[in-house]
Amino acid sequence: MSYIANTPAQQQEMLAACGAASVDDLFRDIPDDLAPSSFDLPRAKSELEVRGYFQSVASRNYSHLTNFLGGGFYDHFIPAAVDAIASRSEFVTAYTPYQPEVSQGTLQAIYEYQTQICRLTGMDAANASVYDGGTALYEACQMALHSVRKRNKIVMDSGVNPVYRKMLYSYTANLSIDFDEVPVTHGQSDRDRLFELLDENTAAVILQNPNFFGAVDDHSDIVDYCHERGILVIQSVYPIAMALVKPPGEMGVDIVTGEGQSLGIPLSFGGPYLGFMATTRKLVRRLPGRLAGRTTDVHGNESFVLTLQAREQHIRREKATSNICTNQALCALRANIYLSLLGKEGLKKVARLCHAKAHYAKERFKAIPGVTVKESSSTFNEFTIELPVDAEDVAGTMVERGIAPGLPLGQFYEGMGNYLLVAVTEKRTKYDIGTFAEALEDVLCR
Amino acid sequence: MTPNDRKYTKTHEWIKMDGEVAVVGITDHAQENLGDVTFVELPEVGANVDKGDECAEIESVKAASDIYAPVAGEVAEVNEALEDAPELVNESPYEKGWIFKLKSIDSSELDALLDSAGYESVVEEEEE
Amino acid sequence: MSLIFEKSVPGRTGVSLPECDVPSDAYIPTEFSRQSDLDLCELSELDVVRHFTALSEKNFGVDTGFYPLGSCTMKYNPKILEEVAALPGFAELHPFLPQLRHGGMLTQGALLVLYELERLLCEITGMDAFTLQPLAGAHGELTGMMLIAAYHRDKGNTKSVVLIPDEAHGTNPSSAATAGYTTTPVPTDQETGVLDMAALESMVDDRTAAIMLTNPSTLGIFNGQIGKIAEIAHRHDALVYYDGANLNAVLGRFRPGDAGVDVMHVNLHKTFGTPHGSGGPGAGPVGVSSHLDPYLPVSRVVKRKDSTYTLDYDRSKSIGYIAPFYGNFAVCLKAYAYILLHGADGLREVSGNAVLNANYLMHALKTVYELPFDRTCMHEFVLSAREEAKAGVRAVDIAKGLIDEGFHPPTMYFPLIVKEALMIEPTETESKETLDCFIAAMKRIAAKVKDAPDSLHNAPCTTPVGRPDEVKAAKDMDLAYLAK
Repeated sequence: MSYIANTPAQQQEMLAACGAASVDDLFRDIPDDLAPSSFDLPRAKSELEVRGYFQSVASRNYSHLTNFLGGGFYDHFIPAAVDAIASRSEFVTAYTPYQPEVSQGTLQAIYEYQTQICRLTGMDAANASVYDGGTALYEACQMALHSVRKRNKIVMDSGVNPVYRKMLYSYTANLSIDFDEVPVTHGQSDRDRLFELLDENTAAVILQNPNFFGAVDDHSDIVDYCHERGILVIQSVYPIAMALVKPPGEMGVDIVTGEGQSLGIPLSFGGPYLGFMATTRKLVRRLPGRLAGRTTDVHGNESFVLTLQAREQHIRREKATSNICTNQALCALRANIYLSLLGKEGLKKVARLCHAKAHYAKERFKAIPGVTVKESSSTFNEFTIELPVDAEDVAGTMVERGIAPGLPLGQFYEGMGNYLLVAVTEKRTKYDIGTFAEALEDVLCR
Repeated sequence: MTPNDRKYTKTHEWIKMDGEVAVVGITDHAQENLGDVTFVELPEVGANVDKGDECAEIESVKAASDIYAPVAGEVAEVNEALEDAPELVNESPYEKGWIFKLKSIDSSELDALLDSAGYESVVEEEEE
Repeated sequence: MSLIFEKSVPGRTGVSLPECDVPSDAYIPTEFSRQSDLDLCELSELDVVRHFTALSEKNFGVDTGFYPLGSCTMKYNPKILEEVAALPGFAELHPFLPQLRHGGMLTQGALLVLYELERLLCEITGMDAFTLQPLAGAHGELTGMMLIAAYHRDKGNTKSVVLIPDEAHGTNPSSAATAGYTTTPVPTDQETGVLDMAALESMVDDRTAAIMLTNPSTLGIFNGQIGKIAEIAHRHDALVYYDGANLNAVLGRFRPGDAGVDVMHVNLHKTFGTPHGSGGPGAGPVGVSSHLDPYLPVSRVVKRKDSTYTLDYDRSKSIGYIAPFYGNFAVCLKAYAYILLHGADGLREVSGNAVLNANYLMHALKTVYELPFDRTCMHEFVLSAREEAKAGVRAVDIAKGLIDEGFHPPTMYFPLIVKEALMIEPTETESKETLDCFIAAMKRIAAKVKDAPDSLHNAPCTTPVGRPDEVKAAKDMDLAYLAK
């Protein structure tokens, strides 16, 4: 299958216009000794064959399991209108809006997305997004290190998503940044141990709310303590929880990051996702990546344009604030559409459903002999349970019964081999939760 | 056009003694090349800088440039007017658009810098 | 056009959600709960659909018209790719699923996609191994630099400098700096438009960690010396990084792996037809030669003897996690489908026609505009509007004039080494008729430079807005619609 329009006759005509004898003639700058030593690919397939092939490949994935897996990535309901609008090819097939006059759609959508993130988190400014919640957290660290000069230590709460903490260690392997971690508690961040780790070399503290175990917290006291010492506070948040939980803007947090996948973006086996970043007025110039701004055009009419681009890599090169040059525009558009559709009451309702169902699941699990619900604090839609046996074994057995029961924590935290992190979204029914509880009880009895 | 009452660097800063302190800014040629200045990041008062240190940053729509300390010293004062009116750098590069002042400098370091004629020939070379 | 927030009507809703089927007495204690109003829109589904439909109409995409944006490879994106990525078996698959015990068996289809795409990219580029995890081209560059740093660290090398041609994309120096390196630009020979080999040879020394190359370069010129450059680098145990941004030009005609390249990235959204999405998501898989394989990020997809696939995290020398999971999977899926649709002959046709279309345009346009490097080009070429600028019409004015002619402008003012640059990349999917229309438009604009320059200064005048005031945008920084 080829998408080339020009017929062989047209190609000949064009070659003649270029004074070339053949297409190969145009490649004469490639020396003979650099000709491919091999180029062995499967024969071209028709569109019909490709469709059939991928349907068959897709059928080998167990995407139909009743899903209680979370860990920062959630199976939320996506209204049909999100796909319908976001698949419009004027959005899908455009490039970065460098030519504002023909990109007002994208630019206004990014400006609106930035506004949605600000309103959700209670912050002053947001960027046009970065790759994912983990890279957002890394970029936040860089922001903090550039803002608080001559300090190079960052203290993280172990309740920050372990996947993100691993990413931070990878990214900074060649840089002189010291990380320290506050040992884990299921509930709220351990103030005493956190404060002990802070010193005059500390640039920032990273917290997460709700934390990886689903526990909610008010970090205002930590923010105050840090600010008195010139330390910035970075908080990674779960956007759906923001409808009910105290947002970072109410706590005085300096930089907010998070994974926007829950805002109308399918799980798609890990991506593409959406890293959002928001900050205070004071730090806005340190925000990496794209920013859409509202201005006027030559006629005085309202218009939108990418702004503060002078800090970006295509101009500032090795001195840029970040090497990121794209945003996840289409994912940000989905989040904008999702938040517009759900709106004020819809998002609250989704959050309440998640919270109520998770609460119900906790109650069901409490009734199972041998299962302990770890409840050292209030949780949102995710919580940990301790099983009498290895959680990985249990998960393996549950999966055979059609239930993805949650995330065994032994791979992330020492001594948590029997712990399972269970997430409940609005898509799970009372029946699903009941089936899960019954199956778990049954599995544990054997 | 280039004032004779001060010294210059190849990186387009000017420096002028004003009593015990030295005032630093960027040249008319530099502001012309940057275009409309939209933001100036000022150094911290009290910071000690070495000759050649990046101590401020100036942004326009199309470029962001570092401003280097022409001589070593301590930042005595910054031009806070630029926070609200960065366009002063364009409108009055040699007067109202000054960027910061240095104290505790070794005035002999100034001797090594360019005079106005020397700077003008640097600009001419660049434009070729 | 009003913002979505300005259309909000209290009490309206755009979504129907199920009633709560469990006791709903759960509450979040006040101390942890949101105190401020959740100030989101209140709109009907139709309100929202109309708003975004109207926004889409203010956009220009490849599906709207010709998009000759140099260095961005704005080719047609086959519609079947979207259908494949939307299959529920892929779209609804949770990324933690294969990390459960025996979970790999629950995601065999997805793991197969990753494994097979890696293999195909190896064959296409001549590299020994690929990771699909990098989430964009620049992310691929950063990953590549991290791999290079890991390699040198492991060998006990202390190297600090990355050499980068002056025509390179700004991401190259930025990525190298992000990985902790200092960068030094290597000049381009002003006569030939290729890297100054003598300068390069004199610059490579034992401090050189890597040389980053884009080939064909951003000037659209293939550097046939790439093999020699690799030799020079390797003599000092420096590695060669190949920026695959322009791989579309050489599909099936040159493989970086054959020339001694050590690390490279591929932009799936350029070369392999996945849509650009108004600026993302893309994907930037990284390929390496075998001596860098041990450092690749975890996880790795492995095929077992029984032909099943699994994830391997047990790699002691790995640089670790660079993405939360396995890359931008949906983008990878589309690229895999694109390669299957084309096969070897199809991909050679892609590069052949991309280069033919570019040369055809170049030959027609060099009679009207200055072509600083007049030689056979690859997938793109760079014109200079230096002469027009002297007459008061700058590259940006020509670009805006093209908008009024119904075309998306070329890339402007890049590469930096060409004054008043206009960088044109037609791609292989455009027809001769489209190219001829573009040539005619460029000729009309050239005439206007002389006869009616003001019509270009005032362009565009056919768009929803005129040129925005960028100075005001940067000074006012109105980045969100918030209550004051």
